[in-house]
Amino acid sequence: MNYKHLLTSCIVAIAMVLTSQAQQTPAPEQSQAISIVGATAHIGNTEVIENSVVVFEDGKIIYVGTDKSQAKGQEIDANGKHVYPGFIAPNATLGLVEIDAVAATNDEDELGKMLPHVRSLIAYNAESKIVESMRPNGVLMGQITPQGGRISGTSSVVQFDAWNWEDAVIKEDDAIHMNWPRGFRRSGNWYDADRVWEKNKEYTSEIDEVTAYMNNAKAYVPGSKDTDLEFEAMAGLFDGSKALFIHVEGEKEIRDVISFKNKMNLDRVTIVGGYHAHKVAKELAANDISVLVQRTHLNPNFEDDDYDLPYKLPKLLSDAGVLVALEGSGRMERMNSRNLPFYAGTAAAFGVDKELAVQMITLNTAKILGMENQIGSLEVGKDATLFVSEGDALDMKGNIINHAYIQGRDVSLESHQTELYERYSNKYQD
Amino acid sequence: MKQKVFLLFCLLSFGLFAQDYFPENKGVKTRTSNYTAVKSAIIHVSPSQTIENATLLFKDGKIVEVGKNVKLPNNTVVVDAKGKHVYPSFIEVYSDFGIKDISSAPRSSQPQYDPNRKGYYWNDHMRPEQSAKSHFEFDEKTAATMRKAGFGAVNTHIADGFMRGNGALFALVESDNFNENLLKDQSAFYYEFSKSKQSRQAYPSSIMGYTALLRQFYHDAKAYENGIIEEKDLAIEAYLSKKNLPQLFSVDDYLDAFRADKVGDQFGVQYTIIGSGDEYKRIDDLKEMNAHFVLPLKFPDAYDVSDPFLREYLTLGEMKHWQYAPANAKILADNGVDISFTTKGLKSPGELLKNLKQAVERGLDKTTAFAGITTQPAKAIGASDLLGSLEKGKLANFIITSEALFEDEFKIYENWVQGHRHRLEPLDVIDISGTYDLIVNGKSHDLTINNKSGKFSAEVKQDTLKLGSKLTYEDDWMTLVLSDADTSKEEYAILTAKIQPFQSRFNGKAILGDGNTSTFTATKKQTESTSEEKEEEEKDEKEMELLSMTYPNSAYGRASAQSESQRILIKNATVITGEAAGTLENTDVLLKDGKIDKIGKDLSDRRAEVIDGTGKYLTAGIIDEHSHIAGTSINEGGHNSSAEVTMEDAVDPDDISIYRSLAGGVTSIQLLHGSANPIGGRSAVLKLKWGENAEDLIYDNTPKHIKFALGENVKQSNWGGNSRFPQTRMGVEQVFRDYFTQAKAYGEKKASGEPYRHDDEMETLLEILNGERYISCHSYVQSEINMLMKVAEEFDFTVNTFTHILEGYKVADIMKEHGAGGSTFSDWWAYKYEVNDAIPFNAAIMHNQGVTVAINSDDGEMIRRLNQEAAKSMKYGGVPAEDAWKFVTLNPAKLLHIDDRVGSIKEGKDADVVLWNADPLSIYAKPEKTIIEGVVYFDIEKDKAMRAKVQKERQYLINKMMKAKNKGLKTQPIKKKEKEYLHCDSLDDINHIHE
Repeated sequence: MNYKHLLTSCIVAIAMVLTSQAQQTPAPEQSQAISIVGATAHIGNTEVIENSVVVFEDGKIIYVGTDKSQAKGQEIDANGKHVYPGFIAPNATLGLVEIDAVAATNDEDELGKMLPHVRSLIAYNAESKIVESMRPNGVLMGQITPQGGRISGTSSVVQFDAWNWEDAVIKEDDAIHMNWPRGFRRSGNWYDADRVWEKNKEYTSEIDEVTAYMNNAKAYVPGSKDTDLEFEAMAGLFDGSKALFIHVEGEKEIRDVISFKNKMNLDRVTIVGGYHAHKVAKELAANDISVLVQRTHLNPNFEDDDYDLPYKLPKLLSDAGVLVALEGSGRMERMNSRNLPFYAGTAAAFGVDKELAVQMITLNTAKILGMENQIGSLEVGKDATLFVSEGDALDMKGNIINHAYIQGRDVSLESHQTELYERYSNKYQD
Repeated sequence: MKQKVFLLFCLLSFGLFAQDYFPENKGVKTRTSNYTAVKSAIIHVSPSQTIENATLLFKDGKIVEVGKNVKLPNNTVVVDAKGKHVYPSFIEVYSDFGIKDISSAPRSSQPQYDPNRKGYYWNDHMRPEQSAKSHFEFDEKTAATMRKAGFGAVNTHIADGFMRGNGALFALVESDNFNENLLKDQSAFYYEFSKSKQSRQAYPSSIMGYTALLRQFYHDAKAYENGIIEEKDLAIEAYLSKKNLPQLFSVDDYLDAFRADKVGDQFGVQYTIIGSGDEYKRIDDLKEMNAHFVLPLKFPDAYDVSDPFLREYLTLGEMKHWQYAPANAKILADNGVDISFTTKGLKSPGELLKNLKQAVERGLDKTTAFAGITTQPAKAIGASDLLGSLEKGKLANFIITSEALFEDEFKIYENWVQGHRHRLEPLDVIDISGTYDLIVNGKSHDLTINNKSGKFSAEVKQDTLKLGSKLTYEDDWMTLVLSDADTSKEEYAILTAKIQPFQSRFNGKAILGDGNTSTFTATKKQTESTSEEKEEEEKDEKEMELLSMTYPNSAYGRASAQSESQRILIKNATVITGEAAGTLENTDVLLKDGKIDKIGKDLSDRRAEVIDGTGKYLTAGIIDEHSHIAGTSINEGGHNSSAEVTMEDAVDPDDISIYRSLAGGVTSIQLLHGSANPIGGRSAVLKLKWGENAEDLIYDNTPKHIKFALGENVKQSNWGGNSRFPQTRMGVEQVFRDYFTQAKAYGEKKASGEPYRHDDEMETLLEILNGERYISCHSYVQSEINMLMKVAEEFDFTVNTFTHILEGYKVADIMKEHGAGGSTFSDWWAYKYEVNDAIPFNAAIMHNQGVTVAINSDDGEMIRRLNQEAAKSMKYGGVPAEDAWKFVTLNPAKLLHIDDRVGSIKEGKDADVVLWNADPLSIYAKPEKTIIEGVVYFDIEKDKAMRAKVQKERQYLINKMMKAKNKGLKTQPIKKKEKEYLHCDSLDDINHIHE
């Protein structure tokens, strides 16, 4: 077929330009203004501008509108295409694990229970082959999050085209992550036939433990002579510099989280996962608690649940006025992080307005991360972290990325995977 | 307590032997040959015969005569049981009564693949040589409990192993040397799908491993009988000597009953099933089994639903089972199934009657219930000549009771075993309960005597003042101690009377508080009915309507198991045919008799239900080449080859994943064995006809497939097992060469006409060599993919499909040349080392090289949106839409060799179609109707109605449970059946891992 030939030649051409090494070389600083002209611009705040002009310079967006005369520098004809703010993957473990089954590549879960001082950033592998595979899908930033324990540690927000973690970071130590105690647990071992769901008898004491820990952290005077590394790390929760992300699923537990937030007088609390959050949606909205909704591509937890409950959870919550963004933790979560746009697409298929679905992986995420002034939408003054797609980026068949920019830098859309694609396409060409 | 003494007392005993055999050295041998007669009783000779005012005459433990006019010999001891009922005592068929502890084999850190024993069958879990008698020690304590519950005989066995050897039938009476209580030392032969604790041998580790092992054992036994096996095998010899005993198969759920029965049918063995209590769920198919079912009477307690959050963990299916379980027996009996009952699973044998009464309250016929604990169990173990009824010549095993069976005040006074009397409660106690006018020394009182199962208590009032009182009533003597009305006095009156056979008043002596002696009289008042309230409550209990049965009997179940195909005309849709016709706009499709009848414009059919397809898309149903939904277990990892097992034995038709997959547009799947071993098990190719039973999901004339696997899983790289060959890719190749070499030799021997031992594993491999069975091989890296093709070519067959095949793009040309298809993931990678070079362009490259490509799920979640996964190949590699669509329809149909029936929209193919709201290759598409053979199995509108129904039924049952709880009934904690999504790597019980 003709097109195939064409495509392959294209790829060969691109491949020639690139050096063939394991990881793609990070793009250099933006050296001149770039204007994307003619695309449908999905601003990220549900606004759409047809036939748009998006101009950015020195890594920042300087114009978004329809005035063609504003275009300057390198002009990219994006007629019939779409431009989006870079998608953001919150609660991700990219760069912390390379191959799931190879324990030696695993750096996501430190030993211990209360580990607010453990920081994901320093373990973040900017050269991960999985990280580079995000870019061709429009996923350009992520919140790298430690796992496990009661308090897992401190996350940081990075962009996905960097030499090392220092130039990757866009918000250092943004949040503390807590796994809320479970109100119910199963008895026995996995192989027991008659395991029982029962009240977790330690639930109250586990909450007491967390509460006491928080109170102590609050009482601690940062910078004091008897340095406590854990409480130093916690301090940000009380001065507003860090958010608290609480990983929780059940209705009862979520209700307890609401009262915990109020008791602790915390400003920025986000629920992660939130399988039963829809049962408490109004209360969450009233208490200003946002939700990072679990991967929409999941099965319902309970046999009796609606088959589409995971698909429509974002809709149920956002209709009730909750600030909703999407996350993708779970089985094979790292490689699957590139499917974040399709998690949003599924939310749209099950009721969320398409532009709102875009917002759930852009501006809403930025708001939850406390970075809405810097990233998350195509608005003047924000980072020029954006991409151009052939079609609807929430749809597999439309998500074909032509250009991606991170802070104005024209980043590579190649990866270990595209290189193998090229190499073997060539092999059969001969 | 005096009654306890009675319990152990045997007042009468008999010499049992007419002619002495055992010498007696302790004194002069007495030879009593008296008769015993229980007379004036209502004798329930058998479920079908009751004689009023009758006499039961017996001698030496055997019944001599029963009837109205029995002539009593002179030397007869008579027991007067006037007005009492006499029943044959009950029989327990399934028990390990008296079996001494079996010691467990020690654990080891590595799985064990070889047997412990030599000279016996190669699998330690087949233990036909076991004999209950050799492990037996009479357990009087348990015997006493069982007698108290009405049992007279118990069939016991060594409850260990898969094939468990023979049981023995004992009477519940202690004796020396078994000379009296052993009724049959070979009563029945036992099976259960479980392993022996006497060995750690890994095989079998799955349900299909059990069924395969049983089949092979039967084949081997046959061969042994025919002298084809030269080695001596003590296990097979033992089996052959016992194979004519009743064969009893104990199962854990109804699916296992079908599985056992299927194997039995193949070998002409009819099992009696020791059931699981959920048989009602598939009653229509179950009755076709023609098996006798011994039903357990363990009913689930009401769940604790008082916590509104914990409640969420409970499923409608579990709640419905709570409601249905007591009705199980009735449903079976109504359908003509032969049933009896067992105490299996009960905390104490005493619960049997209580629970059986519950079953009777749910409509089970009393006669059937009676037969189910007497004549029926006797029949099940071939002991009808001895037990079960009170006919002449049978054992004098009977109980004397207060009322007829299942009456409220029913209690057992005495339990006679082989003529030995066991008194549980005094037979002739006079019931003095009631309200009386009590006159003591001229003063009037109100006396109420209560009788709570033989324990009497009193309440005494003088006008409105309640007096302290204490009643004792023993050996017909009543003594009542009364405090004085004047509480300042510490004086007590004592009233005592000998009670005569019943009268409306009794009187006696009163010793007053001041020491004077007087008399008292108690005159019975007319009783008023206080039972109205109770009746009301019972009525309410009985009136709890069973929620309508669905298939499966849980959320989203269908109203009937089998559905008639409908005539459906879909008008004006965009039809993606998957054929040369391409995509047709504004087209009509007529479905008739389960087939696609016509495709065209302006079709009409007056009898068809018309569906407006305007703006919608019609496609063939999605086919998943690699699935593990609807499977009870996935891996038989106990051997490095398990070609003998078949997933057709492991189909679970009740898996909610079936329904959810239909909601994703899937109509057919290959239920594959997992990837634990190089040669896996045979596949089940299924249509997702939600509601139908396992056998009906399997394709008619199903093509034959088998799973193979390569790489990390079969090397056991990721979970530490290192005692099974192979541990390297080098070894993997040798496994194939070894087995195919063996299979070739087997085939040659078979073809030569010489006698040979039928071997299911070799038969399967031979099918592969003959091109009759297709391999679907789990594979990742190019070296191993290439290897298998080379091995296949050497043995002159073709590898049908490489599944997963994530490096297929590296050897696509070789695959094309060989003729193998590729069934791959759209974009999975990085989960283990061997998928490091996996790329999402894999499908595109293989497709471009002319390989038949499918996209599969291997996952209970992804199967719900395989349309999206197909669309990813448009993004990754630019595959044209129509080709991408074939990746999940026509191509997997080709790989599964079912493309003559499904995979595209073509006249004459099966009416397996999906109506989508949008282009199915778009993420915004969702199925609105999923149709298989003209039956709508998923309908987005009906789904909404079912959701409402689920909520309504949940609430109904929750309320019923709240009520049950508040009545003080027992409740149980909430079990959540953890839904497991099985993958290639899912092992049942050797190791448990996921990807």
